[in-house]
Amino acid sequence: MPHGDRRQGRLLLALLALCLPLGAAGLIAGSQGWSLSDLAGPDAALIVGQIRAPRTLGAWLVGALLGLAGAVAQGLFRNPLADPYLLGSASGASLAVVLVLAASSFAGHAMSLATADLLARIGLVVAGFVGALAGVLLTLVLARGAQQTTRLLLAGVVVGVMLGAGSDLVTTISPEALRGKQTFMLGSTGFLGWPSVALMALGLAVSLPLAWRLARVLDALTLGVESAESLGLALPRLRAVLVGVLALSTGIAVSQAGLVAFVGLVSPHLVRRFAPAPHGYTLVASSAAGGALLLAADVLARSLIVPQELPVGVLTALLGGSYLLWLLHRRGVR
Amino acid sequence: MRRCFALLLLAVCCLARAEITLPDGRGGTLVLAASPQRIVSLLPSLTESICALGGCARLVGTDRYSNWPEPVRKLPKLGGLEDAQVEAIVALHPDVVLAAPSQRVIERLQSLGLRVLVLEARNHLEVHGGLQMLARMLGVPDKAEPVWAAIQVQLQQAKERVPPALQGQRVYFELDGAPYAAGSSSFIGETLRLLGLGNIVPAALGPFPKLNPEYVVRAQPDIIMAGARSIEEMPRRPGWASLRALRERRVCGFDPLQIDLLVRPGPRLGEGALRLADCLAAWTRER
Repeated sequence: MPHGDRRQGRLLLALLALCLPLGAAGLIAGSQGWSLSDLAGPDAALIVGQIRAPRTLGAWLVGALLGLAGAVAQGLFRNPLADPYLLGSASGASLAVVLVLAASSFAGHAMSLATADLLARIGLVVAGFVGALAGVLLTLVLARGAQQTTRLLLAGVVVGVMLGAGSDLVTTISPEALRGKQTFMLGSTGFLGWPSVALMALGLAVSLPLAWRLARVLDALTLGVESAESLGLALPRLRAVLVGVLALSTGIAVSQAGLVAFVGLVSPHLVRRFAPAPHGYTLVASSAAGGALLLAADVLARSLIVPQELPVGVLTALLGGSYLLWLLHRRGVR
Repeated sequence: MRRCFALLLLAVCCLARAEITLPDGRGGTLVLAASPQRIVSLLPSLTESICALGGCARLVGTDRYSNWPEPVRKLPKLGGLEDAQVEAIVALHPDVVLAAPSQRVIERLQSLGLRVLVLEARNHLEVHGGLQMLARMLGVPDKAEPVWAAIQVQLQQAKERVPPALQGQRVYFELDGAPYAAGSSSFIGETLRLLGLGNIVPAALGPFPKLNPEYVVRAQPDIIMAGARSIEEMPRRPGWASLRALRERRVCGFDPLQIDLLVRPGPRLGEGALRLADCLAAWTRER
């Protein structure tokens, strides 16, 4: 398919090319609006090096992890609506993170998402991973596997709502545990620093190659479970690994930036629409698309009402939601 | 017969005199047949105002955050801003319910036949006005001015305690780690201004804006004020370790009870200002 190949190449190139201006914008957009002089000013090392650079990279990484999680989920469950939110993994991760924060506050060593040191941060990532895994597994158990789409989505929504209510309960009982609760529930990139960036880069470096190696499993699954098994794939084990990848990328993203909505759902759609391709490509491109989308949202969040900020999750929901609506509308017309 | 008529006339006069008419805070008027004896307050600053005016004994219930003065702690707690418990409030048969304009419960309570007085103080002037209104409601209109005068005395004392060297220094007052700040146009900003201090957040940004964290780093405030826990973790926020105020410990970290004093626009406004001034005076002495 030379035509398809060309489109795939173009999309990936466009996504990477988009990262350059967006990244540059991320370094220039500050609390005083757009200003090139910040890059060379006396405070450049501090303002650009310590604040904007990790925030920009961090926003891209959160988006990339969520985009990857969405692509894995949609391939694994053969469902274009699957995403970290609809499967209960994001709410599982956030409940676990909130529980750890509440426990630390009760123990007198209160942590906060913005300022945890590296060790505490790793603890939060582990909690996020375990929570995300528990959320997905609960959904799968309730849906009795991933065979039936409707059951899966229903179970995912129920698990998501219940775990979300769990987080609400914990923060109502112990309001001190999660100061800036609203910021966490809407997602926040404001305090992403180098430790967060290092952790998320590590997470992406582990989960993206792993998912890429298992892409042929996702391809085989598009033909149906029986066909996939007839190809000699050890499905249960490979599926478990993919659920692990999904939980890992969701857990890391949520534990660093809170609940950023819609990126995981929209990115794979975007990729499939412009360049339908086997999963190996879709995974990588969805990651790049997620990164570009969240980075764009972050730049907008901090530059629309300078020096105040909008919650980045609100913007991703608006941007991603409008795209999905447009997609629905287009399909309806056809 | 004539005597009866005279008595009746007297009674009517008394009733008319006891009747209290107040603006209800939402463009209408609230007519109370008599000074209310059973009061529910759904906002800590209003609870404190009632008590400061000597009406504490008439309170029959408060929101869950009202914790001062001591007798208030034992009263039934009726929820918060978003989740006031309608049934529990109605069961207390209050003569009047005091609420903030943003409370969702207001319409529901009114439709159940309860009298609701909506009050909010966004600046010192409105604190004064609120005290006058509540004093009228309690039937003790003369009590408002002494309470207000006491606040003014405390504010003046606080101003005198602030070391002259700190006059005009720019403060960053953090309310929440998102980060939300108290700007110049907030009543906290007004208190700071009365103490001769500046603010890194100009009035144009509104009373409590959510800032880009970078804004604070750039502004390099001379003094930082926040909850003690927030102050402790600030140096670990990306780039914040460079804040001179943090490095040189020109900070005021408050415990939760002190924060109450500072963020409630009520009768303890002056006490809050004194705590602020004491903090500034203490670390200036240490140097």
